[in-house]
Amino acid sequence: MAEALRLNRAGAAHALVLEGVSRTFGALVALDKVDLTVGAGERRGILGANGAGKTTLFNAITGDFPSTAGRIRFFGEDVTKLAPFERIRRGMRRTYQNSMLFRGLSVLDNLYLACRGVSAGRFSFIRPRQDDAALESARDLAHAVHLDGVAESLVSDLSHGQQRQLEIGMALSGAPRLILFDEPAAGLSPAERRDLVQILSALPRHISFVIIEHDLDVALRVVDRVTVMHNGAVFKHGTPAEIQDDPDVQRIYLGGKHG
Amino acid sequence: MSWTATGAAPKPATPAWMKTIRPQHVLVLLFLIAYPLVASPFWTVQIGAQSLFLGVIALSLMFLAGYGGMVSLSQMTVAGVAGYMVAVFGTNSTHPLFGWPLWAAVPIAIVIATAFATLIGIISVRTAGIYTIMITLAIGVAAFYFAQQNYEIFNGHSGFAGLPGPVGFGMDWRAPMPFYYMSLAVAALSYLAVVYLARSTFGLTLQAIRDNARRMNALGFNVNLHRVVAHAVAGLIAAIGGLLYVWMNGRVSPGTIDIGPVIDILVIAVIGGLRHPIGPFIGAVLFVLMKNFAIDLISPERFNTLIGLIFLAIVLVSPDGLLGLWRLASDRLKAAGLNGSTGRQWGNNSWRNNNGK
Repeated sequence: MAEALRLNRAGAAHALVLEGVSRTFGALVALDKVDLTVGAGERRGILGANGAGKTTLFNAITGDFPSTAGRIRFFGEDVTKLAPFERIRRGMRRTYQNSMLFRGLSVLDNLYLACRGVSAGRFSFIRPRQDDAALESARDLAHAVHLDGVAESLVSDLSHGQQRQLEIGMALSGAPRLILFDEPAAGLSPAERRDLVQILSALPRHISFVIIEHDLDVALRVVDRVTVMHNGAVFKHGTPAEIQDDPDVQRIYLGGKHG
Repeated sequence: MSWTATGAAPKPATPAWMKTIRPQHVLVLLFLIAYPLVASPFWTVQIGAQSLFLGVIALSLMFLAGYGGMVSLSQMTVAGVAGYMVAVFGTNSTHPLFGWPLWAAVPIAIVIATAFATLIGIISVRTAGIYTIMITLAIGVAAFYFAQQNYEIFNGHSGFAGLPGPVGFGMDWRAPMPFYYMSLAVAALSYLAVVYLARSTFGLTLQAIRDNARRMNALGFNVNLHRVVAHAVAGLIAAIGGLLYVWMNGRVSPGTIDIGPVIDILVIAVIGGLRHPIGPFIGAVLFVLMKNFAIDLISPERFNTLIGLIFLAIVLVSPDGLLGLWRLASDRLKAAGLNGSTGRQWGNNSWRNNNGK
């Protein structure tokens, strides 16, 4: 066995290691033996046409829809069988493509609950004090995702772009070590995209992230390496420059329509 | 609203909750306190106190449905269980069993009713939407038939009569004025408790579960535990309201928890509005007034037709009940520039935010 792989298994240098992860829905193979290694602090982009299995991959990693075969290690620990909240408590976060926010609550309430969820003592009949640690974190997060101006607004009153920003704020709650971003730029205006790139670029360097993004301007500006998926399997890994110039990738993804 | 307001300011001299009190609140409170001094005993008890304790029972439904997204039709049943238990353990004139004094019978009645509500919660939290409504309705109907057919404990069809009201501090608390003030105190405490809870970690969690249970689960919150606790809290409120209910009438029978009263509580909560804890009390006042004076407009048998039509009209015009109508009207007024004030309108943001005041 190669030394590098042994190190992977020990979890010394890697945030996320997937070994042969598959997911089937009946006869449909949505994920086919995916191997993926994301280093600690690495920013990885995932590209692929619709139906390539990108979101299914995220669901398998977070346990929202667990994998049916293979193994997932998170900083060396085997999390394949853990429930989603147990993975969250270990520092894994994600954002969702469709809004999964609490629409009847304010921005601050949403962030407060996200922070409270990863702390001890989630059940309390008491109102949080002004200096409550989770509440203070919630205010900091609102600032970090440029939402301090609307912190008291109801989520249902926010624009689409602001809701995407709040999704990112929710993912930053607690002490994230790895964040999975599922198309954070979808439906954003050019100005909001610039805002998003700024938020992503400003993330502390020790936080690894994996980002699914169709917009190459966004994706290639914030990632170190790119993985291209095709039909539920990994098609190619490479640097953004390599991937952009790769004729096979252009054929299946960038110029897919002209096949 | 109050969270960020104090920001960097030095420790405020007045507590945060005091700042949320507005002139309207003081006026309403003064009116409620002065009301029995000018009203006749009929208006004090039949209209005033009855609105208050029906409001309390409907408040328990508002708490479950508005914050928890769980429409339970068994809140009147829980109230009825409290009433039955105070008759079974306490004294009555028709079917004496234990004959304990009220100070012993009341706590045990509340505990049993709350436990019953918790059990309903445990059974129903795995369901959602229409199925929650169906399962709680089934429990309510089953409880009605059980009470009607069980003679050993529940004394069957006739139930219990001659229940004594509480006495103490040299007063008969069933006399009109003391009874009104007792109901007012219970209503005010229940209201304030719900307002407080809405902004507590538990209340926020409950509302977030209502909006997206799956994500709350993923965040590590125990969704079903919070739902069951919500049923227990609502059960406690309904139980206390149920005691006032049977004390006013001095009796409890299967008719107390029949399908009619069960639906009445839903009607009260919905016509008042499920967005804010004041809604059920507004609904109760309208309902009680209608129930007592519909007879002057139409024949008494047509009461259900009338309340049904009013229910339909309100729900069609405003899904948020009378509270929603109020907001609609105040928004219109503001849009028309008729009240060119600074825009900090009572009930505007606070209702939509489910914010405590």
